[in-house]
Amino acid sequence: MKWLLALFLLAAAPVDYAVVRPGVPIVFPRDHGAHPDYRTEWWYVTGWLRTADGGQRGFQVTFFRSRPSVNEANPSGFAPRQILFAHAALSDPGLRKLRHDQRIARAGFGLAEANVADTDVHVDDWSMQRGTDGVFRTRVQGDGFALDLALAPTQPPLLQGQAGYSQKGPRPQDASHYYSMPHLKVSGTLTETGMAQPVTGTAWLDREWSSSYLNPRAIGWDWLGLNMDDGGALTLFRVRDAAGAAVWAGGSYRGADGRQVAFAPGDVRFQAGRRWRSPRTGTSYPVAPTVTVMLRGKPRTLTIAPLFDDQELDSRRGGGPVYWEGAVTVPGGRGYLELTGYQAPLKM
Amino acid sequence: MPTMMEWGLGPAAPAAGGPSLPVTAARWMVLGEWRAHPARLVVGVLAIAVGVALGFAVHLVNRTALASFDRAISSVNGAADLQVHSATPAGFAEALYPRVAGIEGVATASPVVELTATAGPAATPGQGRLTLLGLDILRAATVTPSLVGMAVAGGPGRTFDPDGVFVSRAALQAMARRIGDPVTITAAGRSRSFTIAGVLAGAGDGQALAVIDIADAQWRFGQLGRLQRIDIRLVEGADRAAVMRRLAAILPADAELGSPDSAAQRSDSLSRAYRVNLEMLAMVALLTGGFLVYSAQSLSVARRRPQFALLRVLGLQRRALTQQVVIEGALLGLAGSLLGIALGYGVADLAVSLLGGDLGGGYVRPGIAQLAFDPLAALAFAAIGVAVAVASSLVPALSAAHAQPAVALKTVGDAGDPRRLPLAWPGLVLLGAGGLAALGPPLWGLPLLGYAAMALLLAGGIAVMPRLARVLLAPLQRLALPPALDLAVKRLWGAPGQAAVALCGIVASTSLMVAMAVMVSSFRGSVDAWLVQILPSDIYMHIEGTEAGGLDPVAQARLAGTPGVAIARFVRQVPLRLAVDKPAVILSGQPIDPANPGAYLALIGRTAAIPRGETPVWVSEPMGWIYGLKPGDHMTLPLGGAARQVFVAGIWRDYARQFGAIAMRDSDFARATGDRTMTEAAIDVAPGTDIPATITALRSRLPGGMASQALFGEPRQMRALALSIFDRSFAITYALEAIAIVIGLIGVAATFSAQTLARVREFGMLRHVGVRRRQVMAMLAAEGALLGAVGVVAGLGLGVVMSQVLIHVVNPQSFHWTMDTRLPWGLFAGLAVALVVAAAGTAVLAGRRALSSDAVRAVRDDW
Repeated sequence: MKWLLALFLLAAAPVDYAVVRPGVPIVFPRDHGAHPDYRTEWWYVTGWLRTADGGQRGFQVTFFRSRPSVNEANPSGFAPRQILFAHAALSDPGLRKLRHDQRIARAGFGLAEANVADTDVHVDDWSMQRGTDGVFRTRVQGDGFALDLALAPTQPPLLQGQAGYSQKGPRPQDASHYYSMPHLKVSGTLTETGMAQPVTGTAWLDREWSSSYLNPRAIGWDWLGLNMDDGGALTLFRVRDAAGAAVWAGGSYRGADGRQVAFAPGDVRFQAGRRWRSPRTGTSYPVAPTVTVMLRGKPRTLTIAPLFDDQELDSRRGGGPVYWEGAVTVPGGRGYLELTGYQAPLKM
Repeated sequence: MPTMMEWGLGPAAPAAGGPSLPVTAARWMVLGEWRAHPARLVVGVLAIAVGVALGFAVHLVNRTALASFDRAISSVNGAADLQVHSATPAGFAEALYPRVAGIEGVATASPVVELTATAGPAATPGQGRLTLLGLDILRAATVTPSLVGMAVAGGPGRTFDPDGVFVSRAALQAMARRIGDPVTITAAGRSRSFTIAGVLAGAGDGQALAVIDIADAQWRFGQLGRLQRIDIRLVEGADRAAVMRRLAAILPADAELGSPDSAAQRSDSLSRAYRVNLEMLAMVALLTGGFLVYSAQSLSVARRRPQFALLRVLGLQRRALTQQVVIEGALLGLAGSLLGIALGYGVADLAVSLLGGDLGGGYVRPGIAQLAFDPLAALAFAAIGVAVAVASSLVPALSAAHAQPAVALKTVGDAGDPRRLPLAWPGLVLLGAGGLAALGPPLWGLPLLGYAAMALLLAGGIAVMPRLARVLLAPLQRLALPPALDLAVKRLWGAPGQAAVALCGIVASTSLMVAMAVMVSSFRGSVDAWLVQILPSDIYMHIEGTEAGGLDPVAQARLAGTPGVAIARFVRQVPLRLAVDKPAVILSGQPIDPANPGAYLALIGRTAAIPRGETPVWVSEPMGWIYGLKPGDHMTLPLGGAARQVFVAGIWRDYARQFGAIAMRDSDFARATGDRTMTEAAIDVAPGTDIPATITALRSRLPGGMASQALFGEPRQMRALALSIFDRSFAITYALEAIAIVIGLIGVAATFSAQTLARVREFGMLRHVGVRRRQVMAMLAAEGALLGAVGVVAGLGLGVVMSQVLIHVVNPQSFHWTMDTRLPWGLFAGLAVALVVAAAGTAVLAGRRALSSDAVRAVRDDW
């Protein structure tokens, strides 16, 4: 989903974006809200749902904020100072493909807004807010499906990198402010083709904002977020170059005991493993990679299994790329895997 | 008579013949007749073919025109489900946008800034004109995807590029530019440079569109806070009527709610009257073709009277005989129709490529319309062709069937008694009915009763012809004339039926042509007189693409201060949408003295005294018709975001804006709208001033963006231009008229040659009793000339009467304007001479052939 930043990051900006620097403390609830001075930002929820009859679904709801490089002197109410984009996808193993939909609008006129004080973002009839009780609520209704979910934190926020400064490339400015909220307890309603049913589950919220995310050599990235059954949370990412080698890698592990380690680029290894070729686009994805991380000096290997293979999203008609984003399991945990830049390089 | 032996088998069969007899008879007689007289066959078929071809061609062209209108409209509108549109180019407040978006049932609302703009300098009116749309592409992508441009290179990142413009292919062609080229766009009095970023692939053919970002459109073209349009996509399955009700409840006075239906209706009403008129002209051509078939069939029946009589004697029943003649007509009609369909398609194709989708009516540009064959219409027109042919054969068929076999066996010509006076009352009844129909109101906004009146008058005129011919010939009958002339008069007097058949064609084509010619000359004369009246100044200036804002007061003062300028009167013109299903009317704010409004307006009829405190307006004649307004009425105008009541003080003549125009005092306009900018000017120069030099000086004093968009004209050139446009738009009318003349002349020629050939025995007899060959020729020439003269006199009379229906009924009801009758005497004289000469000439030509055979044998054959 993070591909969307590609949309608005072109061209030298006449706009002065805020720069990501280490040592800037993350402060709540202020940092649950939007950071409009930065080029891009997201509220990114992935998770697993369980229906009353034991059925399983993967889901993803993302609200994305972008600040295009436009002339900010334009006094028009329609001046695209901020663009808000929302995307949602549902992985149904019965359907064996994704349902997905999106909303996009320039911020303004009360139709699309992102509050700076706390999480409160909406695009038309899609929304995500954080209540005074600390529970996030999101409502989306798309093509053939709708989600109305409450996401209750069970753990404190997980600050990625160095206290929320997360490097994404060899240059210091290739970085973002980044925190996650793993192990969110989900309850709510899932509607599929007009049939509503109650669901429960576990989810993960990623919050990230940045002005200079990707290194120029990068053509795509892989990202993995896993809620371990024991309460642990594993985050891994790898930024790839055209040869498939890692430009940068990183992540974190926070154990059930609350102890957290951050990974250096050398601590993370992705091995492609089984590939799935999309019959629609012909793109081949490593949908079941094996990842190895150095955890407290010892390598730990996880073999990833997708909920089902065809979790490919083709967003070319909306001006986006083709990518794979799906629900996955590992022994003793479950989460989401994102694979981008396999069909064509993601241009930045 | 060996052929009669075949019929000799008849009596051996059961009485009245078995079912095979009429069939055999039909085949034999039809083929025999056609083999014997192929020319007549060809004329009949051609007459129907020409009628069907014209009808079909006009229909195809009209359909193409309508389709290109629809494409144009839906292309600009991008096929939204519903559309909120501002009543004036000034737009409405943008706060309406979130309110519309929040209405239940609205899935997405797409705000639009829509401006009339020009690309590059304007040398002639309309050149480089395009519709500039400011879109929020994020909204438009789901509501009007065809309006979202695709960059050729550079990817979607150029989405908000403030210097990029996406243009339709038509605009690209019109500007003669390529992707990546720079272009200067002027709108609302401001110019700005862009780079062509890509093409609007989904925009319809022929639509000059340019799309930029809405924020930039608002900022760069002075539209901050304003929108002209909100396109709406409905939630799937939403109740459209309910959503429309909810929307209507929140709309301000200066916005209207439209749907694709009302847009189509609006585009339909743009050219409807013009198209219906063309179709009617085509039907007239078909009708004339019907008369030709009628005359051909009548003659053929008259000539074969003895054969038919023989058949009757041999036991063939009347019904069978009628069927036989009707089948002949049907076959003729079928052949003509098939030929006509092919011909019509060719003509339509040619017309569309040469004149444009509306045949020069000025509504659609040439060369952009695509002609499509319409099989259903082809079938319909073929059926009409056959029906006309059958109907035209029915009268002669019945008369053949009802003739007394004993009498008919012996005589060839009229079986009627020459002493009996032809009946006048059926024709008079038809004429009366025509007169009544002319008084009727328009039906469905069209002068259908007017056309019915024309048809009834034509039919009535033709029906009274035999009687009228006698009345006109009566004086000659009593005179002592040279033998040849006397014989001619006697002949016409004695055979009124045959004379009438020939007269039918002449009268039908002459009267229709005269009616059209009188109407067109009256129209042209009235337009010319009106142009002189409305163009009293020395220089006129118009600035293109200024609907949303023109010359500000400072610029006005600068222009007025140009050396040599005595008086500069500025006018603000703005299109105003008063009804969703009607084209916009033009509101002009201009200097008007309420005490003497006629100084600059071509007032007609009475004016109403302006009550104190009322805002007076003067409406154009079409405006009064379309909106039912009379002096003294009140109306509301959506101006400056409010519905303002104004008082209709008078009606003025206007041939320029068919859908209505309103004149208002400039001070009232400025007060109501807050808009003090101006779009045109009428300038009087001081005596002795050099006008071209003044125009140059005026242009140099215009603000930068407008100098290239200003068009200057002098009354003389403008009149010439207006009249050339007039002539172009009536080009097709002239063409149809010419065709009617040709059909008429062919009819006259065919009738005469047929009649003359049928009278071989008569000529033989005349020669036997001592009439010289030269005298017979003189007799024929006199007969032709007399018939032609009678036809011309009747045709002119009938035509002038019919022209009054066109002028006073059809035109006001279709186009909502009146005109003063002007008779084209020169054309009348030429027509009269041409017809008389053609009639006499063809009679003589046919006579030479008839007289070439041996007189003795001709007579012997008879007995």
